[in-house]
Amino acid sequence: MELRRDVFQAIADPTRRAIITLVALQAMTPSAIAENFTSSRQTISKHIQILTECEILRQEQNGREIYYQLNPKKMKAIADFIEPFRNLWDDRFNKLEAVMKKHQSEQ
Amino acid sequence: MERKTKIHAEEGKQELLITREFDLPVALLFKAYVVPEIVEQWMGTKVLKLENRKHGSWRFETSDAQGNVVFQSNGVIHDVVPNQKITRTFEMDNTPFATQLEFLEFEELTSDTSKLTMHIVFRSVADRDQLLQLPFAQGINMAHNRLQEVVAQLN
Repeated sequence: MELRRDVFQAIADPTRRAIITLVALQAMTPSAIAENFTSSRQTISKHIQILTECEILRQEQNGREIYYQLNPKKMKAIADFIEPFRNLWDDRFNKLEAVMKKHQSEQ
Repeated sequence: MERKTKIHAEEGKQELLITREFDLPVALLFKAYVVPEIVEQWMGTKVLKLENRKHGSWRFETSDAQGNVVFQSNGVIHDVVPNQKITRTFEMDNTPFATQLEFLEFEELTSDTSKLTMHIVFRSVADRDQLLQLPFAQGINMAHNRLQEVVAQLN
């Protein structure tokens, strides 16, 4: 469970979620990623490092440049992890909506 | 599939935001939270007590098909403003989880639609993350139990 917790914290940060969204579109170099943010290059590097340690991002050497790309396997694991909690509430609220619609039509 | 319910959990914070838009007038959405018979229907629980007033308290009890009590929860109601908000605490009986503080906000979007925002504050970041993982862990248990049933039938 420890690894999952790390991954969960990795994606709970808004900057890291933004990085994931960027890299999801295409593989990018660290400087290309940093250009999209007002934070320092160093801060963004730290975020990239955390995402790489969690295996959400994968490094790929292309000539002299390092490109980062998304690890789809890991993203699937994250979605699966948060989903049950969201589903729990979604089911509950769907039921609430159905119950109240019935209640409304009976009045 | 449309995803109506959103969960927002920021890193390192001991709070959680759950938002949902409903195809219901705000008065009906609010009613679903304060009328015991209605709460029982959508929460699938028995409402032992629900005092919708300042310094009131509430108590829910959930049983399985055999009638065994499987889950009990309780709390106090700090504030109730009709069609606007409910402030209350939430505690699960017989679990190591600390009491949570819940701010429920009911908002009118149009005359036929509304929005609920649940702002839950936990005692610690670890408590929050543990609760987030709970359905995941339960899901594994349920899958495991189901597997055991299937395997048992094979024997």
